[in-house]
Amino acid sequence: MDTPVVVGIVTAVWAFIGIVLPILVQFFMWRSPNKGILQIMLVLSAVCCYVFWLTAYICQLNPLFGPQLKGDLLRVIQQEWKP
Amino acid sequence: MGSLLRSEEMTLCQLFLQSEAAYACVSELGELGLVQFRDLNPDVNAFQRKFVNEIRRCEEMERKLRFLEKEIKKDGIPMLDTGDNPDAPAPREMIDLEATFEKLENEMKEVNANSEALKRNFLELTELKHILRKTQTFFEEAESHHHQAMHDPYLAEENMGLLGEEAHRAGQALRLGFVAGVILRERIPAFERMLWRACRGNVFLRQAEIEAPLEDPVTGDQVYKSVFIIFFQGDQLKSRVKKICEGFRATLYPCPETQAERREMAIGVMTRIEDLNTVLGQTQDHRHRVLVAAAKNIKVWFIKVRKIKAIYHTLNMFNLDVTQKCLIAECWCPVVDLDRIQQALRRGTERSGSSVPSILNRMTTKQEPPTYNRTNKFTSGFQAIVDAYGVASYREINPAPFTIITFPFLFAVMFGDMGHGVIMFSFALWLVLREKQLMARKIDNEIWTTMFGGRYIILLMGAFSIYTGFIYNDVFSKSLNLFGSKWYPRPNPYTVKGEGTLQLNPANTTINGDPYAIGIDPIWQMSSNKIAFTNSFKMKTSVVLGVSQMFFGVTLSLFNHRYFQRPLNIFCEFIPQVVFLFCMFGYLIILIFYKWIHYDSSMAAPSLLIGAINMFLFNYPDKTIHLYPGQQGFQAFLVVVAVLCIPWMLLVKPFFLRYQHRYGQLKSLTFLNGGQTDDSEVAFVSFPKSPGESTNTSVQFKHQQLSVNSGDLLNHDQEVVHNEVGAGLHHEEEEEKVFDFPEVFINQAIHTIEYCLGCISHTASYLRLWALSLAHAQLSEVLWTMVLRIPLSINGYFGSVMMFFVFMAWSSMTVAVLVVMEGLSAFLHALRLHWVEFQSKFYKGEGYKFQPFSFEHILDYGGDE
Repeated sequence: MDTPVVVGIVTAVWAFIGIVLPILVQFFMWRSPNKGILQIMLVLSAVCCYVFWLTAYICQLNPLFGPQLKGDLLRVIQQEWKP
Repeated sequence: MGSLLRSEEMTLCQLFLQSEAAYACVSELGELGLVQFRDLNPDVNAFQRKFVNEIRRCEEMERKLRFLEKEIKKDGIPMLDTGDNPDAPAPREMIDLEATFEKLENEMKEVNANSEALKRNFLELTELKHILRKTQTFFEEAESHHHQAMHDPYLAEENMGLLGEEAHRAGQALRLGFVAGVILRERIPAFERMLWRACRGNVFLRQAEIEAPLEDPVTGDQVYKSVFIIFFQGDQLKSRVKKICEGFRATLYPCPETQAERREMAIGVMTRIEDLNTVLGQTQDHRHRVLVAAAKNIKVWFIKVRKIKAIYHTLNMFNLDVTQKCLIAECWCPVVDLDRIQQALRRGTERSGSSVPSILNRMTTKQEPPTYNRTNKFTSGFQAIVDAYGVASYREINPAPFTIITFPFLFAVMFGDMGHGVIMFSFALWLVLREKQLMARKIDNEIWTTMFGGRYIILLMGAFSIYTGFIYNDVFSKSLNLFGSKWYPRPNPYTVKGEGTLQLNPANTTINGDPYAIGIDPIWQMSSNKIAFTNSFKMKTSVVLGVSQMFFGVTLSLFNHRYFQRPLNIFCEFIPQVVFLFCMFGYLIILIFYKWIHYDSSMAAPSLLIGAINMFLFNYPDKTIHLYPGQQGFQAFLVVVAVLCIPWMLLVKPFFLRYQHRYGQLKSLTFLNGGQTDDSEVAFVSFPKSPGESTNTSVQFKHQQLSVNSGDLLNHDQEVVHNEVGAGLHHEEEEEKVFDFPEVFINQAIHTIEYCLGCISHTASYLRLWALSLAHAQLSEVLWTMVLRIPLSINGYFGSVMMFFVFMAWSSMTVAVLVVMEGLSAFLHALRLHWVEFQSKFYKGEGYKFQPFSFEHILDYGGDE
């Protein structure tokens, strides 16, 4: 899958959870005593999970070395994982 | 947002309670559970307090109730627990309760004593019955011995003729006396030996075991006894034998000699036993009835008595004002709940029928109020783990709402396995869905209580572990291939023979340049150099996460400074802290990302670690590869700025404070509170006072000059009244506190050193995120390679049979080692990261917890007071 597409989709998902949902909560739940906690939880989980995914993605963009595989495995991969 | 971000605003209140109404009001307040009373008589001995008699009576009642409870449990009667919460009864009812308990206790004691006596009687009769049965055989044997002795020629010659057979028998029988009795079976060998030695072998013992066990009346145990009969000659031996029997606690019984008498006695004994049985049965029935009736109410009685005791303990803390015949109490309570407290007081006054209303007075004070965080069942677990380190100072930022997410997240980074995450999540889900049933069971085990209390924490930990396991692409050490791997081997596969390996070159063996969409590529799981790749990834991720959390912590300290109005701290602490952290580690994070994006396998990439070391040593060897032009100069600049932050943090604040102190408080209020060290201040604005008035800093209430309802001075609500006397000005006069420059300087030095060294060591400490996740992944892989893979590689049916047993081993080791042990380990390390690395950036934690006077709390923990 193309890099910009993937980045775009994942960023959009976490942005929804981390930005849009807390704003919705602000309007729909504004009398509830748990509103603040829910907002903090949404924002923090979005930030943490997004950063974690981002580091995993970016570190694989330009790998400096490749995996070392055994001969048999190579052949199986060539058969099974044909692009 | 007042809810959990900061602790609640508290106020010190004074209560004036009419003596009659005091009891009822305290009862209402106990039901409400929102006030914490202060002890106004701290130096008074417990035995000199006013209500010590009532407390003594309550303890006596509790003792009686405990006795009753023990009896009920002994009989195995279920105690009805309706979950009712009766109100504390009025003092009048206490007398009724006392009388009831007294009567019940006496009855039970009487019944018990009677039953014991009856049982003893029963035991004696039973033993006698056994004796009568067994001795039948003994006497028959003894008679046959007599016959033999008689036919002995030596004896026979003397007694032939005149007396005849009966006379002989009578003569022989008269010469042999006997005693019969019952003894514990275990004691028989020693008894026999003692008899033999003491009587020099001149006594003759016969014994037979009683098959059925007998009940010991005192202890209620079943014991085995034996019947014995001893034949002897003469009185000396008789007394000796009797003494020995006494010594061995054998009970002797009179046993008639002739068979006819014995038979009569046996019949008599049987009838008496039957009668006794009937009486015993009726006694037990009566006891059972009494206990059943008591068991219905006993839980309610316990609750009532505990409440009464709690109320009197609280009343002991009040001050008695004899001139106005009322009790005075001081308590802490949350400001937002003052209405509810007023209502409770009104209810109490009405209930007691008193005409004089109770008065609630707000007081201002310099003492630090307790910290009160209102939590629900979800947040209470997280608040508990924050409080375990230290209760937050009054009104400082509470780390708990952030901990709700960051703690499970950091745990998951170290635990990261989808399979284990699913196990943990489902366990916690079961705990949460079955909450009510599990709470009702009231299981006492400490480990269970800890785990059940943390069920929401475990739930979140499991959920985040599933996510991080997905990113690490690790399901019980196997990877998923959902999006298609990026790596595809292009070279001719037949060039690699046998056990040889080939390392794929990123330049020509990828399908296209796009990485695996979400997570680590599945090919790494199967490669031999997997660890080299994941080490680099996990270490850098750990540093990124760690530095972000530390930045977040420092930012929270900014909110604290702004709330407590200390702009000096913002300038002298917050800004240099942020600059220092950024120059050293923020820059490192930027470099990490830059290197990932900019360098690929065709370029020679510089090592970040060596680069960072060189940056601090100003050591730039000629062959260094630069990441970007001008790197050397920029890095030197950053290091210089970071080093400059150190004296900024160290020197500016103490010298500024000294300057301020020397030139007085002519300036505006905003800089005044900078004169403190970081003690928290309670400071509520009272109403303005005339400048010359001396301030009374003592908080103890003076009984005179009570001003009630001086509404014209107030601009707040009418219900709450401010007390004139005993309030201090909210801004401290500087002459009260002596400004101690050396102390301030040393404090600042400690703070600076702690921060600077802490930055470096804490960043390295975050590498435990990498270390634990590596350990977990490796353990998981070992379990696969050494355990689960073996039966899978066996062909045929035998393999499936083996698989059955090996799966048992694999799954128990997975749960025991990987989920429980690794889970506990990751929990501990994530907790440490929060307590030390995160909270040291902003948290003081010097407060004390708000412990309201609440019946619910007292009853749950079953304690006294």
